[in-house]
Amino acid sequence: MPIKTIIFLFFIATLNCANLCLAADGVNEKSYGQSLTFDSKKGNCLACHAIPSEPKAVFPGNIGAPFAKIKQRFPDRAKLRAQIWDATVSNPNSSMPPFGRNKILTEQEIDQVTDYIQGL
Amino acid sequence: MKRKLTFILATLLLGACIGAKASPVEDRNDLITYYKQIFPDIKFEDYIYGTLSMNTSAKSQYDDIMAFPPYAIDLDKGQKVWESPFKNGKQFSSCFPDGGKNVAGIYPYYDKATARVVTFENAINACLRANGEQDLSYGESEMGLLTAYARSLSDGMKINVRVEGVDALAAYEKGKAYYYTRRGQLNFSCASCHVNNAGKFLRGDQLSMMIGQASHWPEFLAGTDIVTLQKRFMQCNRNTREIPLKANSEEYNDLEYFLTYMSNGLPMQSPVYRK
Ligand code: HEC
Ligand code: HEC
Repeated sequence: MPIKTIIFLFFIATLNCANLCLAADGVNEKSYGQSLTFDSKKGNCLACHAIPSEPKAVFPGNIGAPFAKIKQRFPDRAKLRAQIWDATVSNPNSSMPPFGRNKILTEQEIDQVTDYIQGL
Repeated sequence: MKRKLTFILATLLLGACIGAKASPVEDRNDLITYYKQIFPDIKFEDYIYGTLSMNTSAKSQYDDIMAFPPYAIDLDKGQKVWESPFKNGKQFSSCFPDGGKNVAGIYPYYDKATARVVTFENAINACLRANGEQDLSYGESEMGLLTAYARSLSDGMKINVRVEGVDALAAYEKGKAYYYTRRGQLNFSCASCHVNNAGKFLRGDQLSMMIGQASHWPEFLAGTDIVTLQKRFMQCNRNTREIPLKANSEEYNDLEYFLTYMSNGLPMQSPVYRK
């Protein structure tokens, strides 16, 4: 087996392990949702939304409203998830990217982001 | 009957929103009115400064930098190319009225004979070809440096792009349609950022208004990295996660035609520094 393939397989194995470890741990689950929210290649929500309760959320954009009291504003989790999945359903002119419809995030990732946002 | 009326009203409203049936003059006036509401304190002439017009301290920093621009040496290179004779002994200045002074503001224009939009870069390459020289690549730094100098001969000229006749209007409309169409995985149109969210922050970047954007190209990003207007289109395409088009593609030329028309009446300045 060429060395490149071995390195690649090792890489995949570590990734899988990382996923499993994360899934097994509730605290990490939250931080995984948070990192998806922050990651500029994933949710990149900070490009448009501030998170006032999170000191790590520096230099946020202001195109969308800050994430605060989300549970009050979205008592129904399904509605919150739907907003993230495709914001253009409730507002055709929305500037918010349709994370589910355009497969910017996977279904599982959308769940993780939803859970994290709902806790804010 | 009532339904029909609602339908007509809705269509009219929609038309007003995206300006579907409006003339270029109306399009421009509508946008000026819109930006005046968002930026009541910014003078129209200052739209050429884009986000700098929204931030006094950044603008005064910019003024300081422009007093001793870091790209001065690069601009000299452009001047040298502009002034060097071709193999036949002629120079670029022979291809333009008044040696190329105060000419850049009419570009892009619609050329009936070839049925296409002609950009200033096209005119530079036409000049090279007419004199038996090789074209320069569009969007590359050689073209950027040369046009940085060539356009500087038109500093202060008011942009004066004309859309006259059915075919010119069709090219303008294509550019406009491109501007307002959502694309890319992130589903943005140019207007999503520079019209609907002008002045707002996308993470750390404040978004400039579209009017004024075409007045000052090329830019030296970070002082020395030269960027032509169509290179900037490519960067913004990448913001939406879509594959950029090629410099000098018909789509980009039509887009540049539309965008530059929208900056009509504003003074040109080339090149400029941007962060
Ligand atoms: C490019 C801008 C942009 C990005 C990126 C963005 N949003 Fe939004 N978001 C908006 C805008 C604008 C609204 C206002 C409502 C609308 O237009 O849909 C909004 C509204 C929302 C709302 C409803 C808030 C309320 O109080 O009504 C939620 C929840 C939300 N976004 C979550 C997210 C999440 C989670 C992400 C990242 C995975 C995200 N947004 C990324 C622009 C954005
Ligand atoms: C996701 C947001 C976004 C989209 C979509 C977008 N841009 Fe931009 N654009 C920016 C940002 C950020 C900048 C840098 C800050 C500024 O000057 O506005 C910028 C800068 C520019 C500039 C330079 C302004 C100057 O004076 O330096 C031009 C021209 C421009 N964009 C044109 C376009 C065009 C044309 C499109 C569509 C093809 C487009 N943009 C789509 C975010 C965007």
